[in-house]
Amino acid sequence: MADKRTTVDDAVAELRDGMTIGIGGWGSRRKPMAAVRAILRSPVKDLTVVSYGGPDVGLLCAAGKVRRVVFGFVTLDSVPFDPHFGRARESGDIEVTEYDEGMFGLALQAAAQRLPFLPTRAGLGSDVPRLSPQLRTVRSPYADGEELLAVPAQPLDVAFVHLNRADARGNAQYLGPDPYFDDLFCLAAATRFVSAERVVPTTELTEGGPVQSLLLNRSAVDGVIEAPRGAHFTTAAPDYGRDEQFQKHYVDSAKDPERWPSFVDRFLSGDEAAYRAEIDRFATEVAA
Amino acid sequence: MSDVTRAEIAVVAVAELFRGDGELVASPMGTVPSLGARLARATFEPDLLLSDGQAYLVDGDGTVEGWQPFRKMLDTIVPHGRRHVVMGANQVDRYGNQNISAIGEHDRPAKQLLGVRGAPGNTVNHRTSYWVPRHGRRVFVESVDVVAGVGYDNAAKAGAAAQRFHDVHRVVTNLGVFDFGGPDHVMRGLSLHPGVTEDEVAEATSFPVDCTGASTSRLPTAEELHLIRDVLDPAGMRDQEVPS
Repeated sequence: MADKRTTVDDAVAELRDGMTIGIGGWGSRRKPMAAVRAILRSPVKDLTVVSYGGPDVGLLCAAGKVRRVVFGFVTLDSVPFDPHFGRARESGDIEVTEYDEGMFGLALQAAAQRLPFLPTRAGLGSDVPRLSPQLRTVRSPYADGEELLAVPAQPLDVAFVHLNRADARGNAQYLGPDPYFDDLFCLAAATRFVSAERVVPTTELTEGGPVQSLLLNRSAVDGVIEAPRGAHFTTAAPDYGRDEQFQKHYVDSAKDPERWPSFVDRFLSGDEAAYRAEIDRFATEVAA
Repeated sequence: MSDVTRAEIAVVAVAELFRGDGELVASPMGTVPSLGARLARATFEPDLLLSDGQAYLVDGDGTVEGWQPFRKMLDTIVPHGRRHVVMGANQVDRYGNQNISAIGEHDRPAKQLLGVRGAPGNTVNHRTSYWVPRHGRRVFVESVDVVAGVGYDNAAKAGAAAQRFHDVHRVVTNLGVFDFGGPDHVMRGLSLHPGVTEDEVAEATSFPVDCTGASTSRLPTAEELHLIRDVLDPAGMRDQEVPS
């Protein structure tokens, strides 16, 4: 019986320059931030990042890891815009493929189903096809004859997702209100890593939640990473909510290029244990 | 009721957007749209479905009545069409094209905004309205920099599949209520809020907008005022979006 447990740094060591990586979660919600932080520590570059974007995209842009972002939005939810992503776009440093949110989901779904495309109405008449001229339409062969947008499959080299619980074999569970699209990210990817707040015996999964909360079965997962607070500073309800004070500190630091290096020094230059110690210290400081 | 604020007029104007909608998902973005939708449900549209902003559908008394995670929203609720969204807009043009993506050239924008989000899908699948808290020339432009929400001219150019369910309904601003019922679906004034003049609207809009047929937006009833002030928004969040 395969024990798929690994570390976040070993997982990230499998990345190569130029790969297409999918990052689960949504905005500033249940993002695999421990994996993102490990990518920041690694030498990998020229990534195509496929994400319902939040601070994952911002941090990777700030570290110069990104060549292209495939996205429908980049937002921090309680803060509308990510300053790093804004700067990367406004300086012309990155390329983008900008999709409607629904098109983005269909691109993953097509890859998950091994289809070349899926049809949709979303995107017709908007600037999405103008900005991605490789997009094509497809005509219904039935009496309606409707001409719809053909969203091409978006296969991924590697997917990173963060869930609340997993077992060592890769069965994984979300315990919050929304699964987001994490199963589609895994099904669209050649190599799949799930980090979890806790890695538990398989029997504990159904003791902790309904069977419908088991989002990933082990055939969709290659590596399991125990990463407590691995989504911080995004929400991983019910284990914890978004750390709004820390997110604000991130935004304030990101807005000011003079201040950003000290944020990197303090929070992003050590390993995950150092990160956890430092965010505890930060929480004590803001409470004081 | 001379003490009625502009924000309260706007909340009632947004509530009126949902009149006749019946049993569909109302998706208001922003403070005044949320208050408007909840006011409509508390008064003349009791069957509206409203989300808690996350994954639950929540009744007027706070009872969770359904599950609506993001994937369900995109896979079925938007394409199925029983929804009326009220989105914000960084730019709107005379044909109802809307931009929330970026300002300037898309390759290297002067200002990156949210991205197109769900605007392309919303506008070709179900009724869409817009809320603009500060009606001005930077918002109401000759032509939007990025078409996120699809207007009438672009829906027509894209063909029958884009037009089939396209329905840009209204724009509510701090100055009035507008629709796209002018010649060739251009924006026109339906009602101006009490005290607002046609000249004021013309001054704040980059393209001509015919307000000759516009009435005066209605005042809240006593019951509506009570609901807005005492039940739905006792902290006065509405005044932060629309200063008096």
